[in-house]
Amino acid sequence: MTKSELIDAVAQRSRITKSRAEQVVNCVFDSMTQALEKGEGIEIRGFGSFTVRHYKAYNGRNPRTGKPVPVPEKRLPFFKVGKELKELVNQTPVPTGTEGEDGGATD
Amino acid sequence: MTKAEIIDAIYEKVGGFSKKEAAELVEAVFDTMKENLAEGDKIKISGFGNFVVREKKERTGRNPQTGAPIPISARRVLTFKPSQVLKNALNPHKERLKREAMAADGEGGDPSGSAGEG
Repeated sequence: MTKSELIDAVAQRSRITKSRAEQVVNCVFDSMTQALEKGEGIEIRGFGSFTVRHYKAYNGRNPRTGKPVPVPEKRLPFFKVGKELKELVNQTPVPTGTEGEDGGATD
Repeated sequence: MTKAEIIDAIYEKVGGFSKKEAAELVEAVFDTMKENLAEGDKIKISGFGNFVVREKKERTGRNPQTGAPIPISARRVLTFKPSQVLKNALNPHKERLKREAMAADGEGGDPSGSAGEG
């Protein structure tokens, strides 16, 4: 599901126009982004929580050349899934033999 | 920040909705996302990040206290991968820090215990 599909679903569900639903969905993620920018955590009951984690500077490596690269300190958003959603996601048992897709980077 | 503050933002910034309607809309957004994820489908919010359901294989864990092996069953877990836009928003001085780190790195060796292999 993409953001535009989420907008369509919210419009249908709440019986509002798509352009209103778009404003609503954008406002939700904009306010969440602003909170994280301020270093503030977000807690959505039943969904999960977001926190900002601070990472100190460290020396990484260019994976291609192996050369050491200094990595400056940074802040990263971190999501912890809520209990209810965690259970919802895992409610149907994972079929054996087809679960080989994890681990790889999905972009 | 809690859901209540997001509801306030909808009420004040989007406008045209009552507080109750704003609350129902925020509920609709998260409920839709939850239902979608429950079906195992990922959610891609451009500018924010992706919520991805990952299937984990069965593996053996350990009781950290006793060291006894415990089987961990196959399961689905939810992960969040923040978008580059969000990561950049949290690190407004990234480019400057990077330049400084590069400059400091050029000034000489690592003073902290680089004693080496042994």
